[in-house]
Amino acid sequence: MKWLLVAIIVVCTTVGEVLQAKGMRAHGEIHDFRPGALGRVLNSIARNRMVVGSVVAMAVSFFAFMTLLSIEDVSFAVPATAASYVLETVLAKLILKEHVSGRRWAGASLVACGVALLNRS
Amino acid sequence: MQATSSPAGVTKTRVVTAVVIVSNVLGDSILRAGLQQVGSLVAKPPVAYILALFNPLVALGVTMLVLWMLSHMALVSWADLSYVLPVTSIGYALVALAGRVFLHEQVSLARWAGIFLIVAGVILVGQTDFNTRCKVPPE
Repeated sequence: MKWLLVAIIVVCTTVGEVLQAKGMRAHGEIHDFRPGALGRVLNSIARNRMVVGSVVAMAVSFFAFMTLLSIEDVSFAVPATAASYVLETVLAKLILKEHVSGRRWAGASLVACGVALLNRS
Repeated sequence: MQATSSPAGVTKTRVVTAVVIVSNVLGDSILRAGLQQVGSLVAKPPVAYILALFNPLVALGVTMLVLWMLSHMALVSWADLSYVLPVTSIGYALVALAGRVFLHEQVSLARWAGIFLIVAGVILVGQTDFNTRCKVPPE
């Protein structure tokens, strides 16, 4: 059961993160952090289909995460869901066309090894 | 895009990154504490989730995670996902620490070794620029 929950969380989080980054990038950089301006930002991104899709994916991911946290340690649940991490970095490169340097790949690999160790217990 | 390369842009990125990390760690830990009180939600009907949200700790944890999601959305509007993901992954280490200290969870030697690798990876990635898209000239 717990690995089924982890699988749901990983897939939905990955889809949600990539859609969110794509959608927010289409919206553009947020410069103004005053409440009125933030309200206008929310109004405009609520009509962005990719952002709405990312919210749906993350809602599914969240309720699966809530279920997992109701039966498992937080120090198991959170590292386990980090399996989405490597997949997301690869998608950032492939879909978002980000330039991922050698140093970043090295750092990301170290993080991935650390996450793998965290899951061994 | 000049704004993100200026000192003010760097400060904005660091402050929002800190908010993303802290709200995530507090949200996960407090949510776990609340759900321990509520009990297993596996195979429970949706109404069980709604009732769980009335637990004060669950409500506080969810509030922190809403703050996390909003600050994360703002951050990825200007910073690369391949910068944001590794840097905010320090949260995995902080969550394990919070689980050990506040929730008295057993954290093995293998887990602490994993935490060390994550922190090393985060430091390595943190030394790179946070927005490469405006640095790479168009083909």
